Parts: sequence; structure tokens; C-alpha cells
Amino acid sequence: MSAGDFLAMGGYGFYVWGSYIVAIVAIAIEVAAVRSRLNAAGRMSNHEQSNR
Amino acid sequence: MTTSINWFRFASPASFFALAGRLVPWFASAAALLALLGCYLGLFVAPTDAQQGEAYRIIFIHVPAAWMSMFIYLVMAFWCAISLTFNTRLAAMMAQSLAPTGAMFTFVALWTGALWGKPTWGTYWAWDARMTSELILLFLYFGYMALRNAIDDPRRADRASAVLALVGAVNIPIIYFSVKWWNTLHQGASVSLTSAPSMAKVMLAGMLVMAFAAWFYAIAIALLRVQAIILERERATGWVGELATGARAAK
Amino acid sequence: MTPFDAVAPSAPSAGAWVGVAWALARDLRLALRSRAEIGVQLLFYVIVVSLFPLGVGPEPMLLRALGPGVLWVAALLASLLSLPRIFTADFSDGTLEQIALSPYPLPALISGKIAAHWLTTGLPLVVMSPLLGMQFGLSGNELSILAVGLLVGTPTLSLLGAIGAALTLGLRAGGGLLALLILPLYVPVLIFGAGAVDAVRAGFSASAQLSLLGAGLLVAIVGAPIACAAAVRIALD
Repeated sequence: MSAGDFLAMGGYGFYVWGSYIVAIVAIAIEVAAVRSRLNAAGRMSNHEQSNR
Repeated sequence: MTTSINWFRFASPASFFALAGRLVPWFASAAALLALLGCYLGLFVAPTDAQQGEAYRIIFIHVPAAWMSMFIYLVMAFWCAISLTFNTRLAAMMAQSLAPTGAMFTFVALWTGALWGKPTWGTYWAWDARMTSELILLFLYFGYMALRNAIDDPRRADRASAVLALVGAVNIPIIYFSVKWWNTLHQGASVSLTSAPSMAKVMLAGMLVMAFAAWFYAIAIALLRVQAIILERERATGWVGELATGARAAK
Repeated sequence: MTPFDAVAPSAPSAGAWVGVAWALARDLRLALRSRAEIGVQLLFYVIVVSLFPLGVGPEPMLLRALGPGVLWVAALLASLLSLPRIFTADFSDGTLEQIALSPYPLPALISGKIAAHWLTTGLPLVVMSPLLGMQFGLSGNELSILAVGLLVGTPTLSLLGAIGAALTLGLRAGGGLLALLILPLYVPVLIFGAGAVDAVRAGFSASAQLSLLGAGLLVAIVGAPIACAAAVRIALD
């Protein structure tokens, strides 16, 4: 199977890749959001503790 | 002499925080590896389907996402039950941590279901029993998160959303049964999302591998998020102080 | 002390029924003092039902097909609109706290309040529905099944809705949150209620749907006051 065939997915490329890409993007967004939340919480805790 | 672990030691947010931090990398790596294997199986090894062509390959995302969306709700309801029975904070925090991930998987299941529906049934949304139930599940997740958000006091939010999650969990089979009944009545022959009755072993293997990948990912991200939640909610306590002092000293 | 301690009755079962009767009588008396409010809710039902023909056109066949669904959805929405009345007034003047402290079992008292709520909001819908059903060209048979279905279904709506009302007590979030929480739980009642009328239209018996509605009602009568009591205690803490 050539690279072109792989991307085309028998004519269903839009649907197949539309699915895989959205899943990857959703996960990427979630990971980024949680990491940023954890960093913010860490900074907030640091700040709160240094004010005690 | 045998050493036994006192599991209840981890019931306090303080000690669980460190444990969660150690577990995350293991589950995250396992999830990544399994996902790569699953995608390889699904996109390269599994043969073309006789009826649906290449479009069926969406199931390697859609089915694991749908399974996880339901599984996570049950786990969330379990932690809610624990939090109400034992009046613990950490169990409620676990439930709080799981909800967004469950909603994410539900969304992915709905999206990929629509993209699978178009080439196979000709329409993005066919109001079939499973997709409609999945949509209602999304509303249940949003309801849980919205209620949590609307209540300022964290402990009241814990308990109220726990009651809501349990009421939802009890109702899910009823809702699914009623939607299934509604669908067969109005559409006659029901269209099933699991295409061929005999699925090639490779297809099944691919789905299972992806399901485990999703499961380990969910665990990893939930543990990571619960760390953030613990810090947010416990930030005024002494152990966080020691953590913070240690972090500042290490810089 | 968990919220579910509300479940264990501190008074003997005779006390439970007295509690139900007391709460029912009190809430009925209070509701009948503001009859205008009840009228407004009924009017809401009528208006919502009338909106649909305005939206889809007066074609009789279409309206006949839509009728059962429209009448049921409007009943769901009317029920939703009236739910805050069960607890809000008592919550804001402190009466709810006193009720929770009383020796009568809280689930019993709440059952009485929900019963009063249904009598003043659900039952009028049931009575009104045949008239509105005629606007959609439903036959006599269909109208009676519609009314029976609503008769069995609207108490379930009140019972489930009360849980949502208790969970959202005193929150600024407003009716939208209550709708998001409760409407998914209403779906089975809607499906079987509207489905009963469709069954009769197609010439079948509606006994399956009505039995399921009845079973749902029984489960709600037993379970909802307990969940509601837990939610009230959570809100009061």
C-alpha cells in the first residue's frame, strides 16, 4: 500500500483521519490543560506558603 | 517476617499526593506504548473490511472511547459512594478528577460515531440507541461538573455532586433501556455499530489494545489532575508548606 | 455523620405517616394561598404547547404525529419550572432547617411536600392535557392514554425533580443548572409516556408502557425522598 493509498483510506480518508486526529487533539488539549493546572496550583501553593 | 502495606495511609491527600506523582509516568508510558501498538494493528495490520472498506478503522478509536466513557462514569460513581459512606475528601477528589476525562471520552465517542455514521449509514446523526444514550451520558457528566462549579464550599460540592452522580448511575441502565426501546419502535430494524458479526481476530485485538491504552491514559491523567486538585484544596495545610519549602530549597 | 443518616427514622413508622400528612397539608395550604402562581404555571404549559404549531405549521397530519411528544415535553418543562417552589421559600426563611430538625423522618416530610407540589402543579397538567390534545387532533382513545400516562408520570417528574431542587438549593446558578441536572433523568418518562400514545394510535395496547411508568413511579416513591433528604441535609450543613 502506498503512502497515497494510506492517506486516502479507500476514499474514506476524511472520516478516518478526522476521527484519529480529533482524538489525538482532544488528548493533547487535556494533557496540556492538566499540566498547566498543576503548575498553577504549585505556584499558588508556593505563594500561599511563603506568605505564612 | 512479612511486611504488609497499610493501605489506609494513602487515604490522606498528603500521602496520596506523592504516590500519585510516582505512578503517573508508569501509566503514561504504558498508555503511549499500547496506543502505538493499537494504532499499528488498527491501521496497518487489520485487513480491509468486506462491507465498510477502510471506514471501519474508526472503531479502533470509537469503541474504546465509548467503553471508557461508561467505565469512567462507573468508577466516578464508585468513588462518590466511598466519599459519602466514609466522609473522606480524597475519594471525592478522585471523582472530581475523573469527570473531565470521562466527558472527553464521551465527546470523542460521539464525534467518531458521527464520522463513522456518514459513510456507513449516510448520515452523521441517526438517533440510534447507543449514540443517543452516549449523548445523554455527556449531559450527565456536564451536570456533575456544572453542579460542582456552582457550589462554592468544596465539601458541599463534594457531597451534592456525589448524590447526583449516584442518582445518575442508578438511572443510566433505565435511560439506556428506554432509549433502546424507543429506537427499535421508531426505526424497525436497528442498525448495529459492531459491523460484521464475526470480527477478524486482529480487529478485536486492535480494539482491546486501544481500550487498555485508553484505560491507562485515563488513570495517568486522573492521577495528574488529582495532584492539582489536592494542591488547590489543601494549599493552606502544613504538608503542602513542607513541600513548598522543599521545592524552594531545591531551586 | 453522613447525609444518609437522614434515612434512619428516629420516630416509629406511625410518626412517618403523620409527618407526610402534616407536610402535605401545610404545603397545600401555602400553595392555595398563592393561587395565581399555580395559574401561571398552567398558563406556561398552554403557551409552550401552542408554540409548536406556530413553529411547524398547522398541517393536521404533522400535528397529529407531533402531538404526544409535544404535550409530554411541555409537561416536562412545566414541571421543571415549578420545582424550585418545593424548597426555596422554606429554605430562605429558615423553616427548612426547622423541618430537618423535627423528630419526624425527613424523607417522610419531604414526601408530603412533593405530594403537595404534584397536586398543585402536576395534576392540573393532567386535567388540562385532553383539551390541549384536541388542538393536535388526537382521538378520544389517544387523549385518555395521554391523560393516564401523565397521571402516572407527572408524580415521577415531581419526585425526581425534587432531588435536583434540593441539590441546587440557594445556588446562584439558576434554572438552567436544574434543567441540565434533571432533564436527562426525565428521558425515560418522556419516552414511555409519549410512546404509550403512539402505541394506541398504531392499534396496539399501551399496557407495557403504562406498566413501566407505574414501576418507575413506585421506585421513585421509595427512592427519591431518601435521596432528596440527603440532598437537603447537604444543602443545610
